[in-house]
Amino acid sequence: MSVDTDTVKRVAHLARIKVTDDAAERMTGELNAILGFVEQLDEVNIDGVEPMTSVVEQTMKKRVDGVTDGGYAADVVANAPMTEDNFFMVPKVVE
Amino acid sequence: MTDLTKLTIAEAREKLANKDFTALELTEAFLANIEAGNGAINAYVTVTGDKAREMAKASDEKLAKGEGGALEGIPLGIKDLFATKGVHTQACSHILDGFKPVYESTVTSNLWADGAVMLGKLNMDEFAMGSSNETSYYGNVINPYRKNGSNQDLVPGGSSGGSAASVAARMCMGATATDTGGSIRQPAAFTGTVGIKPTYGRCSRWGVVAFASSLDQAGPIAHTVRDSAILLKSMASVDEKDTTSVDIEVPDYEAAIGKSVKGLKIGIPAEYRMDGMPGEIEELWQKGIEWLKAAGAEIVDISLPHTKYALPAYYIVAPAEASSNLARYDGVRYGLRVPGTDIADMYENTRAAGFGDEVKRRILIGTYVLSAGYYDAYYLKAQKVRSLIKRDFDLAWANGVDAILTPATPSAAFGVADQDMHSDPVKMYMQDVFTVTVNMAGLPGISVPAGLSNEGLPLGLQLIGKPFDESTLFQLGSVIEDAAGSFEPGKWWG
Repeated sequence: MSVDTDTVKRVAHLARIKVTDDAAERMTGELNAILGFVEQLDEVNIDGVEPMTSVVEQTMKKRVDGVTDGGYAADVVANAPMTEDNFFMVPKVVE
Repeated sequence: MTDLTKLTIAEAREKLANKDFTALELTEAFLANIEAGNGAINAYVTVTGDKAREMAKASDEKLAKGEGGALEGIPLGIKDLFATKGVHTQACSHILDGFKPVYESTVTSNLWADGAVMLGKLNMDEFAMGSSNETSYYGNVINPYRKNGSNQDLVPGGSSGGSAASVAARMCMGATATDTGGSIRQPAAFTGTVGIKPTYGRCSRWGVVAFASSLDQAGPIAHTVRDSAILLKSMASVDEKDTTSVDIEVPDYEAAIGKSVKGLKIGIPAEYRMDGMPGEIEELWQKGIEWLKAAGAEIVDISLPHTKYALPAYYIVAPAEASSNLARYDGVRYGLRVPGTDIADMYENTRAAGFGDEVKRRILIGTYVLSAGYYDAYYLKAQKVRSLIKRDFDLAWANGVDAILTPATPSAAFGVADQDMHSDPVKMYMQDVFTVTVNMAGLPGISVPAGLSNEGLPLGLQLIGKPFDESTLFQLGSVIEDAAGSFEPGKWWG
């Protein structure tokens, strides 16, 4: 399978990365090189093979569903580009 | 006075306990080397001199009372991927501009609890994506090694290029690193250092900036097999904060070093003899086989038939996981924000400005292979192939193989901005051809310096072990180390 420049632009939008027309064109070639490379997997017989979900055979650890952490809102927002009263500030979403 | 930066961790540990010198003197010696050499090597993106001196003084107080920890006073460099409280942590990306965590990663917490001293944060490929340390926002790291009679700058490998180069250039005694497809072992091989990627689940991933969560593992880079054993013992732990941390006690890895390897069965996989592999890599591999045989190990030919599919499967699994992990960088909670006409435009502008080209490429590949209609054809298939890769190894272990010997890399270090390497992204990806299988199967792998290329550059051999059997890798690695000797770059910097 290969992608065209329109597909690259659509995927970039899904990934929320702005791309210029020039960049989309350049990336189309690069992405197709990678997609061409992974096409080798079509040679492998995967009939009846289970997909890997974990390399280590271990039951997922569980704990009681309860609050175990928190109470430091100022730390949580300490690295945010824009905050007010321990809230993250973003451009207006609802008119 | 002897040059303190030439000591191994094991030697320094003994001399500090004997009070031959102080931890502060040791730290000052490394800070002086960084000051003199970092301009040329660019291994550090931040040097924490004041903090290092403070930690070294605290170590001296503990040592004076005879209360020193396992790494008391040992100066280390930390890859920029590890969260260090109040200190630059950006995965060498612009998108984490100014990020200073309010918490400490489990791995670094373990090191400080054992008395280690932090010298600073080390350069790396952006988000650990790269094999040459040329994708960092903070510029290229330069390999301390050069070809005989040449002054061309070479890459240190990647993504832990800063870790490997800082150890080789004596700018730290050892360094933390991480390995998703070969990012510890390939740079170790390129710089004549020892690097081990432990079993998946051995070191906690808590507080390590995530790239591909099912593949990422932290490990050390150091000068000797023993030093890497000492560091791994401190870095590894069982951690409640990481659900993939495995509940197995951390053994005393050093105890394995020097134990006879007589009777150990070493597998030589036919599929690692690649077309077009340079003769000197083949010769190095043969030498490794002879050394282990001479030490009493039994050499057996094995087959790992799905080896060639590991790299293509990796370039589906790793970008898919990366596209999901890196979705968090949105200009809202941390790092860079570039304004836009609305919130979606702000996201798109921020991510366009914050991520470099290689990271964007991988996010796009990952987004594509996970998008509606393509999931089964790519991601599901890759995870099935991954099961087959693991099964190949499981069969080898079931046949009594104790460890597997392979070359670490398909070549020695190449030039910075190498045109051939940059002509096609897949060429760079091939650097990980011998290492990536190990990540796909979650196994431990160590790279040990084993010789020099015809042009005088270091080459490494890789040993692959059974899950949680790092001890056998240290045991066998030290046999190779003893036979090959140690390597030191000719000093041209600082």
